[in-house]
Amino acid sequence: MKEKVRVAAGQGFWGDLPDAPVRQVEGGPIDYLMLDYLAEVTMSIMQKQKARDPNAGYAKDFVPLMRQLMPALIERDIRVTANAGGVNVKGCATAVLEQARELGFAGKLSVGIVTGDDILARLDELLDRNIELRNMDTGEPLATVRDRIQSANAYLGAAPIVEALNKNVQIVITGRATDTGLTLAPLMHEFGWGFNDWDKLAAGTIAGHIIECGAQASGGNCQYDWQNIPDLANVGFPIVEAAPDSSFVVTKHQKTGGCVSVPSIKEQLVYEMGDPHEYITPDCVADFTTIRLEDAGKDRVRVFGIKGRPATEFLKVSISYSAGYKAVGTLVYSWPDAYAKAQAADRILRSRLDRLGLKFDQILTEFVGVNATHGSLAGDPTEPAEVQLRVGVRGPNKAMIERFTKEIAPLILTGPPAVTGFAGGRPKVEEIVAYWPALIPKQEITPIVEVLEA
Amino acid sequence: MKVQLVRLAHARSGDKGDTANVGLIALREEFYPILAREVTQARVKQHFKGICHGDVERFELPNLGALNFLLHHSLGGGGTLSLMTDAQGKTFSTALLRMYIDIPDDEARGLGLS
Repeated sequence: MKEKVRVAAGQGFWGDLPDAPVRQVEGGPIDYLMLDYLAEVTMSIMQKQKARDPNAGYAKDFVPLMRQLMPALIERDIRVTANAGGVNVKGCATAVLEQARELGFAGKLSVGIVTGDDILARLDELLDRNIELRNMDTGEPLATVRDRIQSANAYLGAAPIVEALNKNVQIVITGRATDTGLTLAPLMHEFGWGFNDWDKLAAGTIAGHIIECGAQASGGNCQYDWQNIPDLANVGFPIVEAAPDSSFVVTKHQKTGGCVSVPSIKEQLVYEMGDPHEYITPDCVADFTTIRLEDAGKDRVRVFGIKGRPATEFLKVSISYSAGYKAVGTLVYSWPDAYAKAQAADRILRSRLDRLGLKFDQILTEFVGVNATHGSLAGDPTEPAEVQLRVGVRGPNKAMIERFTKEIAPLILTGPPAVTGFAGGRPKVEEIVAYWPALIPKQEITPIVEVLEA
Repeated sequence: MKVQLVRLAHARSGDKGDTANVGLIALREEFYPILAREVTQARVKQHFKGICHGDVERFELPNLGALNFLLHHSLGGGGTLSLMTDAQGKTFSTALLRMYIDIPDDEARGLGLS
């Protein structure tokens, strides 16, 4: 057994710094590269792409990235865990294997794929059996939006990724897997942790939580002493150095910017936290109130003492559905009386929208520079240099939203003076794809693990 | 004396649907008991009046010197439904740091705050 396993985070979301994974591989020793691509509504985007092209439906950038990294991955035996497969895991793996063959790695690279998360085609059958998939936030039954559903995926945990790693694959590609599972699985595989070693599974899960948002653990978006965080232009992404006893150190490569400190780790630990006593994943229930942190030197924080409990009998399901349309228009008003001008423009706009008989589910006005982030807590502004008027509308009727977008630019010649900031032209009408979180009994989902060879 | 939380804590916030979470972290270990005593669920609910339209829940993490708040019905529907600039609640962290709390003068002096 290895004494230490290093898992490096390469992407905090789909669209994070493109060269971060490369710098993780080239910047120093690592054993695993962990790449999280899937935000809550990413699956619906991929489902649409696949509907247009049966070969699409996964994180496209992953394929050239693997091509670029492949020689180093093979030479240094660095393994990859990534949920890049979206709704077409096999398509993603096939594209990666094609690159491997082109580079002359036929017979030298195998890819493990994890599927079984996609339940879109099974929804009616599940609903028929009274598995209601009620919205976890609102309690509504799924039947309310059944005809508008675009994707439905269960969050798989670490277990099938461990199974793939046990088959000695270089790269594991999953669909909707939890971001924490992508970090936990390598540790379970390397250290032989059991599926009921709850404390260890909780520790690996929290390690995953710390690095799943990339540089947000290593100095990015960090409030603590932010002005003295060095060289964010060259920020190092976080790396977990785990020990068999499940304690671990969070660090980053030398000669990179940012910082890994007790405060930077605390900030990431509380990010998107619910009840800290029960952080629920498919693998375990982790207790954040048991986490101990210790400064272990420059850019090193030791994490230990973590306790966990048995996993629940359910998996979370992420369902996306079409929920109408929205558009947001903006204009910028300058001193003097910038705020008063923006407020006057808003009144004029709303009066015109009323006269047109446009109906929206919601219309929201914000004054950027005055109240867009802190609302009334920000207090009254004193003579700002400029204020941005920002008006958003949402509703089921696309034509009404489109009509709204034609009312913004005319305010320039027909409203209060000293206005600018319309270079982008008419606001775009966006289709809203909303998120429906639900639970499904675990026994309904059977993960499938396959190995494909180059 | 009145002390603004920005002198006592740092914070990070995020979203889960229409709920914003704010993790409030003591800048120094000895500030945590003050936060735990003064930054109550009721005070936070009052602070976010007109912004948070649901309940406020509070959880204690003495091991991190932190409190976690859940602010329900605060994000205009949340996720892609929200029309807000800050649909993900990222700046609720600093909005909480605007809060003032009362600390007895002696205690404040002892902590080097006056």
